Amino acid sequence: MQIQSTVAVLPNDNIDTDQIIPARFLKTISKEGLGDQLFFDWRYNADGSPKADFVLNTPAAKASKVLLAGDNFGCGSSREHAPWALTQYGLQAVLSTSFADIFKQNSLKNRLLPIVMPKDAHAALFVALEKDPALQVTIDLPAQTLSWPGGPTVEFPIDAFAKDCLLEGVDEIGYVLKQDAAIAAFEAQRSISLNTLA
Amino acid sequence: MPSNKPRTIIEKVWDNHIVAQREGAPAVLFIDLHLVHEVTSPQAFSGLRERGVKVRRPDLTFATVDHSTPTTPRNLPIVDQVAATQVAQLEKNATEFGIPYFGFQNLNQGIVHVIGPEQGLTQPGMTVVCGDSHTATHGAFGALAFGIGTSEVEMVLATQCLLQRPSKTFEVKVEGTLKPGVSAKDIILALCAKIGIGGGTGCVFEFTGSAIRSLSMEERMTVCNMSIEAGARAGLIAPDEKTYEYIKGRKFAPKGEEWDKAVAFWKTLPTDEGATYDHTVTIDADALEPMITFGTNPGMGMAISGAVPDPASQSDPLERESLRKALQYMNLQAGQPIAGQKIDVVFIGSCTNSRMTDLRAAASVLKGRKVSPSVRVMVVPGSQEIKRQAEAEGLDQVFRDAGAEWREAGCSMCIAMNGDQLSPGQYSVSTSNRNFEGRQGKGGRTFLASPLTAAASAVTGVVTDVRSL
Ligand code: SF4
Repeated sequence: MQIQSTVAVLPNDNIDTDQIIPARFLKTISKEGLGDQLFFDWRYNADGSPKADFVLNTPAAKASKVLLAGDNFGCGSSREHAPWALTQYGLQAVLSTSFADIFKQNSLKNRLLPIVMPKDAHAALFVALEKDPALQVTIDLPAQTLSWPGGPTVEFPIDAFAKDCLLEGVDEIGYVLKQDAAIAAFEAQRSISLNTLA
Repeated sequence: MPSNKPRTIIEKVWDNHIVAQREGAPAVLFIDLHLVHEVTSPQAFSGLRERGVKVRRPDLTFATVDHSTPTTPRNLPIVDQVAATQVAQLEKNATEFGIPYFGFQNLNQGIVHVIGPEQGLTQPGMTVVCGDSHTATHGAFGALAFGIGTSEVEMVLATQCLLQRPSKTFEVKVEGTLKPGVSAKDIILALCAKIGIGGGTGCVFEFTGSAIRSLSMEERMTVCNMSIEAGARAGLIAPDEKTYEYIKGRKFAPKGEEWDKAVAFWKTLPTDEGATYDHTVTIDADALEPMITFGTNPGMGMAISGAVPDPASQSDPLERESLRKALQYMNLQAGQPIAGQKIDVVFIGSCTNSRMTDLRAAASVLKGRKVSPSVRVMVVPGSQEIKRQAEAEGLDQVFRDAGAEWREAGCSMCIAMNGDQLSPGQYSVSTSNRNFEGRQGKGGRTFLASPLTAAASAVTGVVTDVRSL
């Protein structure tokens, strides 16, 4: 999995999932149609027209597969609608210095790479993009590297199992379903008794 | 796996639930209780249908509706058709997959994190999950309880297991005695302010210390509830006599011989002497003041006697910019005292503060007083059971006499999915857990605080320190 792309920049810290997709859009029973609602309250005016100066409304951002954001991206609610909306918009990776735990899990399950950068490289990329907004970054998942022309090659961490799942297309639910015997053995010796059907 | 090394309660509960652990892979972790609500589950059930898979353990699963349901009288229909469809979908899924379900009209319906403990579903030593980040609430009972995404909901429905790696352990030690006017909510808001909204990322909190021990179970739930607001996926408190007493006799609690066996097991759970944590932070309960947030995340909080901080005093440029944007959104000036800020709405409710203790606290302030004519005050009990109990105690009358609205149970203005919401620009003092932009309605501005602070502010129409009333 290699991604080469320009970068949309959203320099806020602590972007929470209520911003990524506001709660009123969670009444849906489907996963589809969320791309247009991504960052809705930052993206549209009260009359529903797009705010021309908001980054995700620019043609350049629309063509980008990578989003660069401030620290602690994806905090707050556990809604998986957040990575659904981000990927439906066309994003394949988010770059930050850290991600909230649940968001990170949800992203990996939806082929959205949460890339944790060291602080200095993160700051350097902001500077590089300010100089050249058309700069392209390259993300190499097998090598776990992120690089850009004139910049460092940054190694990023990723859970080894999640990486294998992404690269080999492993279905995690299928993987656990196959461990039926181990689950049954565990169930047979459990001591906690609860029966919600009682 | 278990060894003789002293362990924290977090590690004990973890070890007890490992089904399989392959080298290099995350553990397959067994889940004892899976709570389900209407917002984060429909796509998971669709996934099961596509796979042709059943729910493995309907007897460890429990569903209810709370987020998108109105808090108007229950004889009225759900007007919002999209919400009505979502509620109907959960009902259909529960019936089709054989899952026990408290529907909209059920007399025990309520916020999922309120009814779990109330029904005795939540017990010490359990792993508890729900497609909801405030699942941490159940940690008050010594359960390892955390929020999951919808893909994980599907996995737990299908397998009763999750793929997980262990979190780091983080002790939050709260020693001392809370002063009058200071409550459990202030402890957790103080933690958020101290370590920041990302401070506990990758960790599970264990709350320890004399101030935590002296909290009631309801207050402990308030503390654990907001663990996620300090970045931790879960937060728990070791069980003790108060825990057992709370659980005993509840609908799904163990009975008879099972009860004795359960208590004997629960007593093995507290952290061993000599066990160590990856991180520790200490909070001095004696020094705590009533807390309130001023910004757009729960970490932006301070003592109610304080003044709004100045972005210019922040050294990190991104942090300076975040604070500047937050104050701009909140329309607050650096240096202004937070007390005295005019408000439009008071919301008393949510899985953080909608239990009897909270309603009694709010009523103690509102009794014999009137809410300010310029303020709308909504009191929303966490469950229909709490609603009945509060009515039996006459609290509803106290609220009504004061000029507050007394509503049906649900999440309500905590998340503003059901029509209960702020208008753009309005300010609320809210006992809920999130003050993100638009959380309580597009353009709305939220000050998070305790039920005492909320009630005091309802009376004056401005942010008010309850001790000054
Ligand atoms: S009350 Fe608020 S935080 Fe709690 S479950 Fe409902 S929406 Fe989530």
